[in-house]
Amino acid sequence: MIGRLAAAGGPVIPNFSQHSSSCAVHNRLFCLDWVKANWSPVLWPALRQHVVLTMIAVAIGFVIALSLALLAHHHRWAERPTLIVTTFLYTIPSLALFELLVAPVGENIYAAEIALVSYTLLILFRNTLTGLRSVPAEVLEAAEGMGMSRRQALLQVELPLALPSIVAGLRIAVVTIIALATIVYTIYNRGLGVPIHDALGEGPFKTELIAAGGMAILLALLADGLLVAMQRALTPWSRIRERTRP
Amino acid sequence: MTRYDTAQPEGQSAYAEAAELELRHVSKLYPGQREPAIADLSLTVGAGEVCVLVGPSGSGKTTAMRLINRMVPLSGGEILLGGRSVLDREPRELRREIGYVIQQIGLFPHQTVTENVATVPRLLGWPKERTRARVRELLTLTGLDADEMGPRYPAQLSGGQRQRVGVARALAADPPLMLMDEPFGAIDPINRANLQDEFLALQAKVRKTVVFVTHDIDEAIKMGDRIAILREGGVLAQYATPKEILARPADEFVAQFVGADRGIKRLSLTTLGELELLAPDGRAVDGARRLSERASVKDALSVLLTAHGEPLAVVDAEGSVTGLLTLSHLERLITEEADGAAGEEPAASASALAATGESGP
Repeated sequence: MIGRLAAAGGPVIPNFSQHSSSCAVHNRLFCLDWVKANWSPVLWPALRQHVVLTMIAVAIGFVIALSLALLAHHHRWAERPTLIVTTFLYTIPSLALFELLVAPVGENIYAAEIALVSYTLLILFRNTLTGLRSVPAEVLEAAEGMGMSRRQALLQVELPLALPSIVAGLRIAVVTIIALATIVYTIYNRGLGVPIHDALGEGPFKTELIAAGGMAILLALLADGLLVAMQRALTPWSRIRERTRP
Repeated sequence: MTRYDTAQPEGQSAYAEAAELELRHVSKLYPGQREPAIADLSLTVGAGEVCVLVGPSGSGKTTAMRLINRMVPLSGGEILLGGRSVLDREPRELRREIGYVIQQIGLFPHQTVTENVATVPRLLGWPKERTRARVRELLTLTGLDADEMGPRYPAQLSGGQRQRVGVARALAADPPLMLMDEPFGAIDPINRANLQDEFLALQAKVRKTVVFVTHDIDEAIKMGDRIAILREGGVLAQYATPKEILARPADEFVAQFVGADRGIKRLSLTTLGELELLAPDGRAVDGARRLSERASVKDALSVLLTAHGEPLAVVDAEGSVTGLLTLSHLERLITEEADGAAGEEPAASASALAATGESGP
């Protein structure tokens, strides 16, 4: 049967070979053997590309959003225009944005990253600004009264105190971008979206879809967990606040 | 104990000299306002003295304080700290030399008690060992256990403990001047009294020049060596010792501000040891209630009012009776003193209660 289908329109099961297991032959729901056989050539490279796509987008997005938040923190007038622009970017349908970028930028990593970065800005900007504004006025007054410069107050007091809110923004941004990066394949052939897209064309064979989709979910959970761990390590004081006072 | 080696020795000589503070025709007009917050304020705070700025809201007392460390820019006049104009100093450098305590304390919630207290030494670039030793010294001085409290975060402290940390932090670099803006305003009355007593004991050791802002006249009377009473627009209504203000309010505004009970308040400022007592009389002493000569006249009055006409025996630190006090004798002392205050010179026998009376023989 497989031979007949293959003869008709190419192999249905990607990377099918003589060594394929009976699981693949019988087209069960999930074939570990297939995953093992395709880990190195297909899944692992896609995962690495996915991580890189996400990290670049969040890193660039964070730098831009932090700069804008610092600007809006010191000059209130900057908040509204920034919010309007980042909210607009956030509301553009993602597939449409990817396609829109192809004409001016091309089907390459730049188009992909521009699109991904634009979806991080609103989340990171709002959370960073909220964090900076949540610093109590008396803490800032004490910092000034003890002779800290604005820069010292920012680095030693405001940013550390804004960290929980900033990390909360990073967590949402990272999870969002990991999910969104699965459609980067439409303009740039990288990331876990590639095997997922391939799997959608594979008819009844679901192993690749489950494997690649599952990896995207696990990657998101892992990244979120890492950020939580990082925040706990960096802000031991924020957990104490929740406990009852002695 | 090598880690204490860099700590300064205990005692008065261990602290930098307190500096005299002088405000000369100081004024402050906030932009966009027609009336100045402070019109023309001149006063001098002697080195090592506590000057309390007190007045109703809108009297510019906090503004006056914040002009000193240039948190609020001066509109006119001059402020001299240790004879040097604060305008000649770089503001951040100036502030590092002036202790600053505010009502909400403003401890850094993300830093431990130790890190909080080390703020100004860190800004000044002190070596780690010196900072560590100084932090330990200050926590101990303010009544906190350095080993137990040092690693805690502000959220783990009670209100009183936070206030102590705030004072320790302000004292960290041994400033010649401390500015305190309603430092005990957010503390419940019982703990506030304790903190006030502790601060007075601490001040007796460190002898800083202190500018203390409050709206509470009782706190002003308790804490101040001198009290500056400000009225709206930052006009100095009276600048004098607590006794003088209670005995001779400069005008109706001051009289009203210190309250109708100023006569009673004044009694709390004089101790029994300062009075001319009746000679001890053997029989009367035996049954009499005793009160230390360090107790206030107000306390004595309270005891006498419930003593059914019996005299009160005043005892010294060793417990021996130094004299007797009866209600009628106390009344006579107060009347003579009041006459003296109203007339030209206070009667000699009542000088201890008199306005100009400085403390103790």
